[in-house]
Amino acid sequence: MTTTLPAALRAPFASGGTSAIDAQLANRLLGIALEAGGDYADIYFEFRVSADFTLEEEQVRTLGRGISLGLGVRVTKGDATGYAYCEDLAWEKMAHAARTAGQIAVGGGHPPIGVAAMSQIPIPSFYAVPTPSLVVSTQDKLTLLRAADKAARAYDARIVKVEASFTESIKEVLLFTSDGRMASDVQPLMRFGVRAVAEQEGKRQGGSAGGGGRFGMDYFAAAQRDATAHGREAARVAIAMLDARDAPAGEMQVVLGPGDSGILLHEAVGHGLEADFNRKQTSNYSGQLGQLVASELCTVIDDGTIANSRGAINVDDEGYAGQHNTLIQNGVLVGYMHDRLSAKHFGLRPTGNGRRESFQSMPMPRMTNTSLLGGKDNPDDIIKSVKRGVYAKRFSGGQVNISNGDFVFSLSESYLIEDGKLTAPLKGVNLIGNGPEVLRRVDMLGTDYELSDGIWTCGKDGQSVPVNVGTPTVRIASITVGGTQA
Amino acid sequence: MSTSDSAGKSASAPSAGMSERRVKEICDIAQLAVELAKKAGADHAEVVVRDGSDLTAKVRLGEPELVQEAGSTALGLRVVRGGRRAVTHTSDLRREALEALCAETVALAGFAEVDEFALPPDPSLLATSVAELDLYDPRVAEVDAAWALRQAIAAEAAARKHDARVTNSEGATWSRTLGASAFATSGGFVGGYRGSSASLVVEPLCDDATDPANPKKRNGFWWTASRFLSELEAAEAVGIEAARRTVATLGSRKVETQECAIVFDPEVARSIVGTIFSVANGSSFWRKSSYLVGREGELIASPLISIVDDPLRPRGPGSRPFDGDGLPTRVNQVVDRGVLCPVLCDVYSARKLGRQSNGASGRSVGGNPGPTASNLIMQAGTMSKQDLVRSTKKGLYVTQLMGFGFNAVTGDFSRGAQGFWIENGELTFPVSEVTIAANFDEILKRIDAVADDLVLRTAIAAPTFRVSHMTLAGTSRN
Repeated sequence: MTTTLPAALRAPFASGGTSAIDAQLANRLLGIALEAGGDYADIYFEFRVSADFTLEEEQVRTLGRGISLGLGVRVTKGDATGYAYCEDLAWEKMAHAARTAGQIAVGGGHPPIGVAAMSQIPIPSFYAVPTPSLVVSTQDKLTLLRAADKAARAYDARIVKVEASFTESIKEVLLFTSDGRMASDVQPLMRFGVRAVAEQEGKRQGGSAGGGGRFGMDYFAAAQRDATAHGREAARVAIAMLDARDAPAGEMQVVLGPGDSGILLHEAVGHGLEADFNRKQTSNYSGQLGQLVASELCTVIDDGTIANSRGAINVDDEGYAGQHNTLIQNGVLVGYMHDRLSAKHFGLRPTGNGRRESFQSMPMPRMTNTSLLGGKDNPDDIIKSVKRGVYAKRFSGGQVNISNGDFVFSLSESYLIEDGKLTAPLKGVNLIGNGPEVLRRVDMLGTDYELSDGIWTCGKDGQSVPVNVGTPTVRIASITVGGTQA
Repeated sequence: MSTSDSAGKSASAPSAGMSERRVKEICDIAQLAVELAKKAGADHAEVVVRDGSDLTAKVRLGEPELVQEAGSTALGLRVVRGGRRAVTHTSDLRREALEALCAETVALAGFAEVDEFALPPDPSLLATSVAELDLYDPRVAEVDAAWALRQAIAAEAAARKHDARVTNSEGATWSRTLGASAFATSGGFVGGYRGSSASLVVEPLCDDATDPANPKKRNGFWWTASRFLSELEAAEAVGIEAARRTVATLGSRKVETQECAIVFDPEVARSIVGTIFSVANGSSFWRKSSYLVGREGELIASPLISIVDDPLRPRGPGSRPFDGDGLPTRVNQVVDRGVLCPVLCDVYSARKLGRQSNGASGRSVGGNPGPTASNLIMQAGTMSKQDLVRSTKKGLYVTQLMGFGFNAVTGDFSRGAQGFWIENGELTFPVSEVTIAANFDEILKRIDAVADDLVLRTAIAAPTFRVSHMTLAGTSRN
């Protein structure tokens, strides 16, 4: 880690901090956690500083800032987990949390097992941010918001409203495990967003744009990512959608644009390949390792090592380094995403996917940056090949039912394809499909793989974590489009 | 601030719960923070303090899977100085930390632009007493992890025993939350209250080999929740209902794309009521981000529809004795026989719209106040649910909705749906993987039947109702 932080942004538990936690103290806490007979324990310290800025009606309305500090103690006994947390680094509070979590093992436990000597695990560095945005002056961020607002308004006189926002955080974590692993990380995250509303003859439409990731202010250095580019893009979508017509209803060919379409992948297969569902046999991908679960064109990876990407992790929240994992190779299911518990169940090494929202929640298998790799088709040829269908360009989100594989995702900018050309823009519409069925129907893949600009947050069991997605242009032979024109 | 270390040991002393004394303590902290903010240079300061303590006990296939027990406290501060505002939050409530936070918040406000609407309400409007709404049950606090686990085990066992087609389980979870909330302002308001809630959810799983070429799993769930322990449904009954609902989805299939009637089960009807609130509140109105802007006093829904927001309902899951601006709460009509009433406002959105707040402000720890529904209730009709279904010739009875396909600005609505096909007034086979779509304005006006089966166990509640027709997208027509 080469990120250097001013004192106010340093965790009090970090070495040299006001309440530094060292291996010796952690060992004592882990010993208490295991007193009742647990098999394994870990302690996760987290310090988070965040800030947000919004501009509305051409004025900076709100500035916000927040600080949270706490630690979570987890004890496992077989497949059972005890969890407790506290927001205080006072010894008796921490010891109480350790004891509470340890109660899971009461009755039927073995005599307390020892805690191994700590050694720092080596971790990579995928987001060394020389100057985190939190240390940059507030004025600089407000200048960006104003620039985006101005660019959106300048794009077209029909833009009547613009909102711009900047949110940022730095999270410092420190983890100790009873099997002797110690890991620490500093995780910066920022996101810039613009929303524009266009109005014409009483009709209104909105458009959004944005991006971010584990960057500092260097994020804005690239031309396509500067504040004015995001402002113009939000305005472009809002104006384009003014002419939107009712979307068709029923099964048809659909072409997904590159980048953000990865949301489909995230919902259609990603969640189903998180190994907790497969350990419990509750996923529709359970027991299918080695089988063809998608079109042979499809290779799907989850990669926590993509530099500065929103889903990148140097180390997961159980102390395993971020990894590049292949999930589906040429259509064949080759691996799941694991946390410690599921890896143990399958007799495998953890894959660096054990993540948690905060110290208040226990880790579980989660995606990082999930991608469908590029293929051989020219993206223009893919569109040209469709006689009548829908081209999906921007998305507002998705959801999946893990058990039966049904998923939906919502299009916020899409177009009708008629005789190989994009024609009318379509009103907001949902696509619905079944994950394995839709992946078998992928019949063309573009050469234009793209990683989405970082805006996505994934929710599972009430826990939110930042993720990213990527795809090339994709043609799906048939999927149900949920419009109103039957 | 964990209340107990008795997990797994039923012989230990009951936990302390959320005492009246604790409510007083966090009121004092809120008042202290208001004073410190004034000292740091704020013209006005508002402080919210929330204290919470949770217990979650989850079992799966008869074995404990998770016991989580912990508490947390957070403080949120909003200051106005020279008409400029900033909001901050922290989990560090030590005096020196609060002093630093206040100084930082006042400095941060200096970067904002002057917003004449952001001033706190006139002190004469603030609530002068805190109504007792019976929101806290000490018996919920007394539950220990062992008892919670036994409830979850009983519920899951009942589900698995009820029907042999229940072949697996995503588990059963018993959980409780004890909370206290305090609010203090430089205008002189200070108040606090406590609340409890307990719930049990059971999630059975079935293997569905109806289509041998494409075997699937089918999940379902049922739940009970209340602020009072004695009002929870029996664990076994919850498990049996969960099993019944899950088994009923075996053999789900798509139907052909068509226009047909859509009947919303109460479990999804309430999400439609939530969607109405998302476009009928002061914030969406002044932001012009709602298709309903400018339509107060007009017919925006079927005359069968009346919706009320009632924050004062004793034991109500969404009840609150004062609002997020410190104003007294009151019952507000939201839709009256299809006519849109004055929308729910907090002080800020009311000022933006040139009117008075109707006491419907909500405030999170880290955010600005905004209009928030309390107990938002769609009134029951007179027809039984059976008669409603019986009078439906052809349509979809929807039990689950998926996705986020709603555009508030235009009203375009398109969501994934699951449920049962209705043919000649009878529920026939289960349906999945279809979408239902129409413009929301039309959906509300096309409601042609409302049943009498309203149950008030959720903050947003609705009876079964029917929309005369929407577009259902499924398989291609041959």
